[in-house]
Amino acid sequence: MLEVQNLSMRFGGLLAVDQVSLDVQEREVVSIIGPNGAGKTTVFNCLSGFYRPTGGRILLDGREIQGKPDYRISRLGLVRTFQHVRLFNRMTVVENLMVAQHRHLNTNLLSGLIATPGYRSREQKALDRAAYWLERVGLLELANRDAGNLAYGQQRRLEIARCMVTEPRILMLDEPAAGLNPAETRELNQLIVSLKEDYNVSVVLIEHDMSLVMGISDRINVISQGRPLASGTPEEIRSNDEVIKAYLGEA
Amino acid sequence: MMAQSFRHALFCGVITLIIAWPILGLKLVAEGTSITVRGADAFTWAAVAVAAVVVFTFQLFRDRLMGRLEVLQALNPLANREPLPDAKRIRLENIGMVLLIAVALVWPFLVSRGSVDLATLVLIYIMLALGLNVVVGLAGLLDLGYVAFYAVGAYTFALLSSYWGVSFWMALPIGALLAALFGLVLGFPVLRLRGDYLAIVTLGFGEIIRILLNNWTSLTGGPNGIGGIPDPTLFGMEFGRRVRGEGNVSFHETFGIPYSSEHKVIFLYLIALVLAVFTALVIRRLMRMPVGRSWEALREDEIAARSLGLSRTGVKLSAFTIGAFFAGFAGTVFASKQGFISPESFVFLESAIILAIVVLGGMGSQLGVILAAIAVTILPELAREFAEYRMLIFGAAMVLMMVWRPQGLLPMRRRHIKLKGV
Amino acid sequence: MHDLLYFCQQLINGLTIGSAYALIAIGYTMVYGIIGMINFAHGEIYMIGAYTALIAITGLAALGIAWLPIVLLVALICAVIVSSSMGWAVERVAYRPVRGRHRLIPLISAIGMSIFLQNYVHLAQGSRNIGFPALIEGGLRLGGDERFQLSISWIQITIFITTFICMSALSLFISRSRLGRACRAVSQDLGMANLLGIDTNRIISATFVIGAALAAVAGLLLGMYYGSVDPLFGFVAGLKAFTAAVLGGIGSIPGAMLGGLILGIAEAMTSGYLSGEYKDVISFSLLILILLFRPTGLLGKPEVEKI
Repeated sequence: MLEVQNLSMRFGGLLAVDQVSLDVQEREVVSIIGPNGAGKTTVFNCLSGFYRPTGGRILLDGREIQGKPDYRISRLGLVRTFQHVRLFNRMTVVENLMVAQHRHLNTNLLSGLIATPGYRSREQKALDRAAYWLERVGLLELANRDAGNLAYGQQRRLEIARCMVTEPRILMLDEPAAGLNPAETRELNQLIVSLKEDYNVSVVLIEHDMSLVMGISDRINVISQGRPLASGTPEEIRSNDEVIKAYLGEA
Repeated sequence: MMAQSFRHALFCGVITLIIAWPILGLKLVAEGTSITVRGADAFTWAAVAVAAVVVFTFQLFRDRLMGRLEVLQALNPLANREPLPDAKRIRLENIGMVLLIAVALVWPFLVSRGSVDLATLVLIYIMLALGLNVVVGLAGLLDLGYVAFYAVGAYTFALLSSYWGVSFWMALPIGALLAALFGLVLGFPVLRLRGDYLAIVTLGFGEIIRILLNNWTSLTGGPNGIGGIPDPTLFGMEFGRRVRGEGNVSFHETFGIPYSSEHKVIFLYLIALVLAVFTALVIRRLMRMPVGRSWEALREDEIAARSLGLSRTGVKLSAFTIGAFFAGFAGTVFASKQGFISPESFVFLESAIILAIVVLGGMGSQLGVILAAIAVTILPELAREFAEYRMLIFGAAMVLMMVWRPQGLLPMRRRHIKLKGV
Repeated sequence: MHDLLYFCQQLINGLTIGSAYALIAIGYTMVYGIIGMINFAHGEIYMIGAYTALIAITGLAALGIAWLPIVLLVALICAVIVSSSMGWAVERVAYRPVRGRHRLIPLISAIGMSIFLQNYVHLAQGSRNIGFPALIEGGLRLGGDERFQLSISWIQITIFITTFICMSALSLFISRSRLGRACRAVSQDLGMANLLGIDTNRIISATFVIGAALAAVAGLLLGMYYGSVDPLFGFVAGLKAFTAAVLGGIGSIPGAMLGGLILGIAEAMTSGYLSGEYKDVISFSLLILILLFRPTGLLGKPEVEKI
């Protein structure tokens, strides 16, 4: 479904990503791991359209999407979360989910101004979908709080719910387990599995928590210093000498 | 420690003297072709000296004074109260709005002609400020050339009426739509600029439009402006002593009452009132619609908004265009009220006044903006000696607002959607 | 032949006005380089410099002192002292308390300050424009015939030379002195400089003072060149200088110089060949085009968006 070929990203003299390739099939969890500063988030920024890659191709269903503006890529069903949670802090939890459904609601101003029945039913549907996903991530009773006042783990879950209401095909999670306690990490694990099993979403995951990565990934890509180091199933990665060396070297 | 704060205080005092004394104390006077310097009166000298001493003393005891101030704040029962719950606050704001409209409705029948005229001007400023509030307060885009759209509205009506005899009611939507179109066309290329660059670019646009109006003499009459702009009519009834338009009748003859020039002033006031209320209601509604949410989202976190499929340019453009639309509205009413317009009414200062209203009113809050518009327009009229100091005080107030309460006097809380049954 | 002379004349006029713009532009570019804000009130600092110089010149004349070098020197020193103090005070009162907040907040504060200062001078000195005595008269006439001669006035030459001296001194100061090195460090990374024990508040104050001092020099020079001042004198000049700073690449000192010269020449050519009325339209259009197509200016460095 998503295919990345020889992706490169250069900032001035620094080659942050060098010839990275990966592919993601339907209903698959693919992880990108690597030491800090390996260029994982830069790959995400290229995929989600925040950066225009300096080399390589990104294909979604065989069509090139590299260099397209970020909001278009998101509308194609490739949606991401951020390493440092980015919520609309002064809006309520449910409003965060309403904003995310903007493009489903996007009707002309006039029908909104006079509140036509069509407008109202769309607005209601969006509220229903928001309620459904809040229930799903266990935040329903906090729906009317300001998003900025949630606990960290709740903010993480809200960010995922906010992606899910856009009905994505591929969800990109940037270190979703960072800062979570073990119980929360287990919940996250179940959530990701359920997204894949029950909602047919493919997940691209950047994560440092190895037990989480090894547990749920179908395939893993390792990058180090911007370059691809290895890729394969969790078992293959676990026994790969180079990967072990890179990780031990970092420690 | 003491010696250091003494040195600092002395330094501040001396600086105060340096920046105040030459400009305030030595006045340049032109005498024929030559100029001389004359010392200001004793009062000014004393004031400069007092200012320096005050600054010195304040800086010397600043730490202690600040400590005291905190104690005072702790005593203030209002300081630590919880912000009003949303529902209650919205009710209060609604009551305030209804009261304001009620007063506005009876106003013209209680006061003199001059006061009604002034009130019309206030309403025009309210429209302008509410429109700019969408751009600055809701979408977070600093537009320093807002007055250009106001000019487009005014000139559209003036030109349409002088070339083709188009009436006020026809010109009103045309002026507003044309201003919106200008907003769209100008906004499209510039809205991807960063906030502070956008401010300067819009300022440049405003100036370009003013210079063009001033120099395109064949079309706009240049600095002489355009006169003879007709008054609005009420279902074909004119408010002048004699009927000007074909097929029209005059208001006072239709109703068999003696002619009075007040009718027109009051009618114009009522039109402005209806339009101002319309503006407020439409913007209120917009704030609760998806488009209003996307303005706030983009202002809160642009990157997150983009990652969810919101087009930065599209969202900003909608705010920019809607703001321009209402400026065009206000411009048409202004042209009709004055009967004469020239580029002098559309200088940067005018943009700055509207911005000052929005800032003082608390960026984002409608009631605040309306109250600020009333205060900013009426205060200089109430106290003539104050009028001279008007802009000085606006400038200072803008700085103080940014330092102390950047979110405005009545901080904005958009009405939030509630998920019911939670 | 006449065409060429006419062109050269416009070029000289443009270079004169452009180098004065560059002097003002330094204030915008240094402040922007260090704290990333547009000091909207900088044009007013320049205007106050011009007023102070005029007050000093008139005061000296009243005292019967007329020896030109002394008059110029005293006027220059007075203007620099008052403007620098003003620059320092403005930063202290209006910018320091809002530093680090959302970008628009310092900008609105600066606009407020600009309006305040304009009206401060307006109230104290009246709104009418006041004649500025032409202290440096005459000039060189070169080439041509009685129909058209290329003329370079002494005041134009003074403006060139003064600008050159100021710019060289500034470059030396930035590259050699301790304070200058600290300035560069702060503009690279304010937080890091702070951690390394540089008193960033002092550096920022110094930036405002230097910018204001150069604006005051420009105020004296352009006051003499134009022959009059009024309280709105700084507003348009400030915008032009800001345009020059952006054109050259905001944050870059050589850029400010380059931008000033290009803008000056563009304006002089518009006045010379089109119409004086449209020269402001040309410079604002130039500003808009530059911001749209090359927001980093000619010599600026690109900014990378951080996510």
